[in-house]
Amino acid sequence: MKRLLVAALLAGTLLSGLTPASADEVSQYIPLPTYRVGAYASSGELWWAGERDYFRYINEVEGGVEGVKLNYEEFETEWSPDRTVEVYERVKAGKDGSPLAFFFTHGTPATYALLEKAAADKIPLIDPAGGKTETVDGTVFPYAFPLLFSYYSQASTGINYIAEKVGGFDKLRGLKIATVYHDSAYGRASQPAVEVLAKKYGFENIQIPVADPGNEQSPQWRQIREQKPDWVFLRTWGVSTVVALKTAQRFGFPADHIIGDVWAGSESDAIPAGTAAIGYSALAPYPGGTDFEIHKRLKAEILDKGKSDLRDQKLFGAVNYNIGLVNAALAVEALRTGYKHFGARPLNGEEGRWAFEHLTIDDKRLEEIGFKGLLQQIKITPTDHEGGGAARIQSWDGEKWVLQTDWIKADHELLNPLIQAGAAAYAKENGITPRTPETETN
Amino acid sequence: MSEINLPAAAEPIDQVGLKVLTIVATLALLVTAPFLASEYWINAIIVPFLILSLAGLGLNLLTGYGGQLSLGAGAFMMVGAYATFSLQLRVPELPLPLALIVAGFIAGAVGLAFGIPSTRIKGFYLIVSTLAAQFFFEWLFLKFPWFYNGNSSATIALSRGLSFFGLDANSPHGRYYLTLGIVALLTLLSFNLIRGQTGRNWMAIRDMDTAAAVIGVPVFRAKLQAFAVSSFILGIAGALWAFAYLGSASVQSFGLTRSYQILFIIIIGGLGTIRGAYLGAGFVSLLPLALDWLFQHLFSGHVDAGLLQNIQKAIFGLLIIWFLIKEPEGLARLLSLRRTQGARRRLFPS
Repeated sequence: MKRLLVAALLAGTLLSGLTPASADEVSQYIPLPTYRVGAYASSGELWWAGERDYFRYINEVEGGVEGVKLNYEEFETEWSPDRTVEVYERVKAGKDGSPLAFFFTHGTPATYALLEKAAADKIPLIDPAGGKTETVDGTVFPYAFPLLFSYYSQASTGINYIAEKVGGFDKLRGLKIATVYHDSAYGRASQPAVEVLAKKYGFENIQIPVADPGNEQSPQWRQIREQKPDWVFLRTWGVSTVVALKTAQRFGFPADHIIGDVWAGSESDAIPAGTAAIGYSALAPYPGGTDFEIHKRLKAEILDKGKSDLRDQKLFGAVNYNIGLVNAALAVEALRTGYKHFGARPLNGEEGRWAFEHLTIDDKRLEEIGFKGLLQQIKITPTDHEGGGAARIQSWDGEKWVLQTDWIKADHELLNPLIQAGAAAYAKENGITPRTPETETN
Repeated sequence: MSEINLPAAAEPIDQVGLKVLTIVATLALLVTAPFLASEYWINAIIVPFLILSLAGLGLNLLTGYGGQLSLGAGAFMMVGAYATFSLQLRVPELPLPLALIVAGFIAGAVGLAFGIPSTRIKGFYLIVSTLAAQFFFEWLFLKFPWFYNGNSSATIALSRGLSFFGLDANSPHGRYYLTLGIVALLTLLSFNLIRGQTGRNWMAIRDMDTAAAVIGVPVFRAKLQAFAVSSFILGIAGALWAFAYLGSASVQSFGLTRSYQILFIIIIGGLGTIRGAYLGAGFVSLLPLALDWLFQHLFSGHVDAGLLQNIQKAIFGLLIIWFLIKEPEGLARLLSLRRTQGARRRLFPS
């Protein structure tokens, strides 16, 4: 028994070194650090299904990106930054002749852990609607891409929506807005932005932390009952969102005055909360639903042909599934930009950075790829690694998310100085000379 | 690892020669390892394995030799990491190795303070008090921005990286040699402690503290010593984990799961043995990776990925149970049984 086991382990290790490279055509290697085990698996599973389904669609229906097939491979991390670092080290040299053009981190803590390493290795870290907010400034952080919707933008869009609800920015004065946040790098990330917004609009800023994982929140919501805020901005993740909604109901705080952020607004958050979630709204840079053109294409080509990675087809179009679709589409469009510039062959990290920094997805392109309404217009530049900064608002009606608004833009004029100051402080602390993109060739 | 055997007899010359040969070969292997292994092996497997071994060693001094159960390993590692960060930030004149040592002393002092209850409470109750350290420091290092220099994310990283005395240890080789050097030094230190009066005091208390007190072992002092030395080593391991392996860290890197992981390392490896820490760290950190590689190559693409991951977890759990049933005293015992054929009795556990 023991010999057999040892032999099997040895064989596995050997095999991994001996896998032959496929000789005929070189495909672009895309490693996916995923979490199908652990506390966050319920959100993760749908996310990976979305990414895999879209990559499969591109490979099998569209014949790859500009003819280059995508070779994607999963690695389990349990959302642990330590294990993501290990995966990163394992894949950073590429595979089967393909270098690594970019690395999806699939989690803010992992992005933090890899920030310095990836900059040294020249591999772009892609963490849409996550990452470190200051990294929007690509002059200091050339290899970090918090695409789509930074944490400052989340705060700003949330406040803009509240202003819309109460009838104008002048009505914000004197209101109390509490932020209940997951006490981690992710949860704290919006604080500087809310502080600036509170000063500008004159509302009272109450910050209430919830320690990880957050499955007991009576003290937090008792504090809310005492301080009587008008609105609650919920910046939790995983189980802490469900518990927050249920505890809010228990303490009599109305769900329709709670606004969740991106990572607190999926079916995995709303369904387990039951009636406590009815009327709850959330920011949606990735709206839920199946009414988008891409869903029709995927249904016909992938789902109905039994090729989908979704285990439960009822969850087709769930928020987390759509997160996967959007992230995959951003990667595919960036690769396409790169292939047009460098030629249709696997890109390396530096070329990957160029590709992401020149990614533009306008309305026409959104229609072509079937993402109109699901994805906002994107324009990424060397100085702006966010490239979007807007979200729609959706509300939970007890069964599904219903979109309430069109894209609401964050107040970038207010946020940019904050981001630049943060980036400059980082540059000073770490002795980085910000690059000047205007003088760069290629 | 020379052993004193009963009856005391000089070892045959060829055995001594063999031993010297083994030691020289091991040293040569350790020094040349970075040139044989790929960057991935160094960065993602060997360095974390060494650091986890060091942490296991630290806890083993306290739990395995001193008999004091502790779930605060993560907390003491955290103290070491944050202290190193603070020292490098605020006392930049202090070179990194000295900063590490001072951080170790700070962690040791903290361990000493949290060890005081051990004079009154024992066993499972002591676990609760060390658990308090775990929660207290997670709270402390998040609550006061001073500890993470007030940056927006509450993570810590060394702005100058791992450089000292004009040497740059940021490359994979640099990290490896730095870690190896520290781990080797502290292992040597632990060996000497264990074989001296201090170690004997600890073992006497572990085996029966009343009897130890009766024969004149200073129980109070020895227990606190164990806490201090163990936390010193854990603190340095924590600093290495944060800056030599991860690069940047937050309190989450040293959460309760880390404390459990270190405890599992010494239970699986063998309580009260030095090499148990290494064996346990190997088991806990390398086996899941090996399983992952194996599964990736055998089944990837054919079987549902989620199912595959859960099966791996189950297999890993089963292996732990199987090992512990086969040898409750850990992997170290399994090895020593094989080597000595169970015929020789040893005076000192090693």
